[in-house]
Amino acid sequence: MSVDSSDGPLAGLRRPFEGPNTMGNTPAFWLGFAVAVTVLAALPVLFGYYAAEIGAVFLAYALLGVSLAFIWGYCGILSFGQVAFFGIGGYAFGVVAINVPTLTGATLGLLAAVAVSTLAAAALGYFMFYGGVRDVYVTILTLVVALVLYTFTGQTAGGEWAIGDARLGGFNGMSGVPDLAIGIGSAGLEIGIVAHYYVTLGALAATYLGLRALVNSRFGYAMVATREDESRTEMFGYDTTFIKFAAFTIGGAIAGLSGVLFATQNNYIDPSVFGITAAALPVVWASVGGRTSLLGTVGAALAIQFVDYQLALSGSEWALVIIGSLLVFVVLVMPEGVAPRLRDLVVDYRSSDPTPADAPAGAEEVSD
Amino acid sequence: MATPELLNLGFEFVEIFAFIVLATVGLAVIFGMMGIINLAHGEFILVGAYTTSFAVAAGLPLAAAMAVGVLATAAFGLVLERLIIRRLYGRLLDSMVVTWGISLVMIQLTRIAFGNTAPGVGIPFGQLPVVDGPVYYLVLAVVAVGVLGGLYALFMWTDFGVRARATMQDEATARSMGVDTDRMYTATFAIGSGLAGLAGALYAPVMTVTPEYGTSFLVEAFVAVVVGGSSVLLGTILASGFLGTVNAAFTNLAGTFMGQVAMLVAAIVAIRLMPDGITGLLSDLREKWGESE
Repeated sequence: MSVDSSDGPLAGLRRPFEGPNTMGNTPAFWLGFAVAVTVLAALPVLFGYYAAEIGAVFLAYALLGVSLAFIWGYCGILSFGQVAFFGIGGYAFGVVAINVPTLTGATLGLLAAVAVSTLAAAALGYFMFYGGVRDVYVTILTLVVALVLYTFTGQTAGGEWAIGDARLGGFNGMSGVPDLAIGIGSAGLEIGIVAHYYVTLGALAATYLGLRALVNSRFGYAMVATREDESRTEMFGYDTTFIKFAAFTIGGAIAGLSGVLFATQNNYIDPSVFGITAAALPVVWASVGGRTSLLGTVGAALAIQFVDYQLALSGSEWALVIIGSLLVFVVLVMPEGVAPRLRDLVVDYRSSDPTPADAPAGAEEVSD
Repeated sequence: MATPELLNLGFEFVEIFAFIVLATVGLAVIFGMMGIINLAHGEFILVGAYTTSFAVAAGLPLAAAMAVGVLATAAFGLVLERLIIRRLYGRLLDSMVVTWGISLVMIQLTRIAFGNTAPGVGIPFGQLPVVDGPVYYLVLAVVAVGVLGGLYALFMWTDFGVRARATMQDEATARSMGVDTDRMYTATFAIGSGLAGLAGALYAPVMTVTPEYGTSFLVEAFVAVVVGGSSVLLGTILASGFLGTVNAAFTNLAGTFMGQVAMLVAAIVAIRLMPDGITGLLSDLREKWGESE
């Protein structure tokens, strides 16, 4: 819990991102983090254009996974419909950017999409949490919302389902979604494939650091307390309803951003993003990686989607079988997920190490 | 002029009501009695439908094929409970995640093993004379009511029912009274699975059986269970009646799609107003009423 200020020159810089609610409060962890970001940043340089194109989609998925891990792992709200906000973000960007076919449109689209998905999450969160909907009912309600959107967008094939020039397109989806861009009129920066990869990576890293700071703040403590024992937290004077509402809304905003990054990468979005299989994926990533570990969820999302992609490339039909079995296996064998399990192993290993120099680091991590 | 329209509306209601009851009841038994949220419910239905289709294709009469479907699904549920589900009692959200994984595996395995469709099964009994629809839908409604009655009898009147309910109420006490609680869980899960299989078998003639067949039941089933609340039978009946009415009314006014959407929106509003479902509201009211007396 205590952050040792003698840990190095960057200790002051690290302090906001460290605390009992995240693992990896050591210089070694941050070194590893820097290496991981560097490796990810090097991928397009090493493997070229194609790696950037595919990689950006995985990174956008990882961002979606993080949005779920944040509300599920830290606040105990399992949203089975996190893809609803992902899809809303993607569609909203498309509608705005197609109607305003300049760089202004893409910029406005980004802002509008995040705003719309945030508002959608706030509305649903207000409706649920201030209405006393709890636990599993929240889970099922969010799933139903995603499925309502699936049913709705699926039947928008007719020409009357257009907002301005943007046709929703039913099951064929909305095509011609422009690239991401920042600018006004024709002056500005158009974000091409490789740049898009870096924007997505930057968004993911920034979100990760921002959420780390958030979960280690007073608000984060209150979130975890709400997860652990809601009525007791309420008794201590915290407004748990507001805490859940706020966390859910933040999660929706991040999911909306990931939806924009997804849709602008593919230049396309269709109703399958709201479908049952898509809805399950964030839950799979967070369960496998460890829902109380933001980084574990990122790792699981990248790894699982990469394997899934490779299996699909090789024409294998077994991808879903493998992913489903993996999910069952992990929840039965490692209920907390892979990353917290690894952390426990590291802590066990360190605490069996007699050198006193390692002891404070070990103790620090046990307090998670 | 008005009479056939009214008959049509009534027929539509009966059709939707039967569908929701049959889709829901297996899920409701497993959720309401055992606290397991079975997201693989649709795939249990799929097992029933596939077994029935293949049994018909192998030359069995339809009724016998359906019986095979029900038994196969019950057996499947029994094995799954022994292998996986029994580790998940008391872990509500984990049960949801694991059964979701099972569902993904089953859909894809079905596709790999049997391709994209099962052999077709014809609709028996022909068309109704007055309203526009097959006689078979009325049979489904009768079966739905029969299933509810049968379940009531099973859990209220038989020795098995008493033991099963005692296990769900208080496992430790039940065990100390000599009830084999492990067996009660397995048996209840198998019954829930068998009921899911029944839904699959009964709708095999009406809907094309594909690997995604189960998902067309899933939404209605989940919505009805949640709207119904924790009391299995009463909750299923009331929720199916309420949702069926909304769906039939809007289908009649604005088409199938609007019926579906109206039903889902009604369900969302209902959960918002009654977080513990209809039966939760009823027991609250009963308490209040009891107090004021």
